[in-house]
Amino acid sequence: MAEPGTDNNTEADGSDGPPEMKPAGYFEGESMTRRKAFTVASQAIGGVAGAVVILPALGFAVAPVFERPEEIWQAVGTVDDFPADTYTSVVITIVEGIGEAGKSTAYVRRGTEELGESPDEFIAISSRCAHLGCPVRYFEAAANFICPCHGGVYGFEGEVLGGPPPRPLDRFQTRLAGDVVELGPRFSVTSQLEPVRARDPGEFTGGIWEYLYPPRPSTAPAP
Amino acid sequence: MAETETETEGTPVKGNGNGRAARLLPPPLRRPGKPGSNGSGGSARVVEGAKDAPADLLAWLDERTSATAFLTGSLYRKVPKGTNWLYTLGSATLFAFVVQAVTGVFLAMYYTPSTIEAYDSITNLTNNVFMGEFVRGMHKWGASVMVILVFVHMARTFFVGAYKYPRELNWIIGVVLLILTMVMGFTGYLLPFDQRSYWATIVGVNINGTGPIVGPFLSDFLRAGPEFSQTTLSRFYSIHMMMVPGAIIALIGAHLYLVVKQGTTAPPWVRADTKPKSSRAEKV
Repeated sequence: MAEPGTDNNTEADGSDGPPEMKPAGYFEGESMTRRKAFTVASQAIGGVAGAVVILPALGFAVAPVFERPEEIWQAVGTVDDFPADTYTSVVITIVEGIGEAGKSTAYVRRGTEELGESPDEFIAISSRCAHLGCPVRYFEAAANFICPCHGGVYGFEGEVLGGPPPRPLDRFQTRLAGDVVELGPRFSVTSQLEPVRARDPGEFTGGIWEYLYPPRPSTAPAP
Repeated sequence: MAETETETEGTPVKGNGNGRAARLLPPPLRRPGKPGSNGSGGSARVVEGAKDAPADLLAWLDERTSATAFLTGSLYRKVPKGTNWLYTLGSATLFAFVVQAVTGVFLAMYYTPSTIEAYDSITNLTNNVFMGEFVRGMHKWGASVMVILVFVHMARTFFVGAYKYPRELNWIIGVVLLILTMVMGFTGYLLPFDQRSYWATIVGVNINGTGPIVGPFLSDFLRAGPEFSQTTLSRFYSIHMMMVPGAIIALIGAHLYLVVKQGTTAPPWVRADTKPKSSRAEKV
């Protein structure tokens, strides 16, 4: 590149590229100039300073994904309140301290041998539609749960009869404290009504779906 | 312009060399005044000086910032033949965003992001605060207007082929801006906290959750836990009011920089003149 005759301070050394400038203080065999060392050092310090701010902030934002809230068990009535041939609706609090937004409806009945259940257990079906989370309602005349949003229809056990829902209705764990029925954490079921860890609406359960929609650490383990 | 040499480069300030910009120059650089124009002092001179004050202030700023050169360079740039009203859709979108930003800042003065109080604060803002319904209405309808304008702007870019080399990067930035606009729509929808807000958010978060593998964790992140809670509302408020607007402002800056840097395209049906002058009348 160095043209002959131009007033360059550096002599053309025969190679094509411009002659290499040697910084002040250069010595043969040096691996890093002072300028390079300061560049690397200041960038490293800047990177550390940025990470010290960003990483805790990110952890702060995503922490709830890895925390499991305390389980809430609440009494919803006595054993006599819940016959086996129909559902009785109860309002429970899922999240405390946020008023109406933290409440949800569950449909409760006593187990029946006709469906292979023990008469001593209680079935609590969540009103949260398995499609996208709208509230379903139990229609006694049809013995169906029907969702107003996108037309999901579920049978007496919450199994899908029609519409878009990918899995049966979720359930709540139940237990008896003497005569009192208590509802606990939510869990999901497969199409065979086998309990699995709670999934969000819209997610399939069972088989390969257990891997495509992995269980979240923020939910209680399946009963 | 005869007085060019007495002004800073690119300064379009007009006038004689005695007032305005030139007054800021040291005396040796000033152009000498015409005979009789500057000599007789008195009240006339004060009035003259007052008239020049705004221009003097601008010149003072301009000498220190070169803002005029920057603004004339970006606003008075040449545009290709065939440029039409459809090329103003980007500016329209920008205006819609500014409306959202301004009304949003003022809405935040009355809004309470609490699950218990949010709805009441919105009702109060709408019904009791002077002009509250109007300001909230601008924000609400402006949101729809902005989404529509974003799409029409994108359609124009697509149909005139303005996304092609060398403007691919600006198309990509535009797509990110489109997504951020959608995020604004999604998060803002929850804030009134009425039945529609609540259930639309439940459904929307669950739609996020249907993405394989990451979906369930994404919806946990949006809700800040397995169930809708107070933190969900706070989180949506923060995303709606701070995170995404900041990102949108930064990306609009990059978007505009590239528009100024690269210029705009002519529509594909406009061809370069083959015969100079004579054929100009036939073309639009």
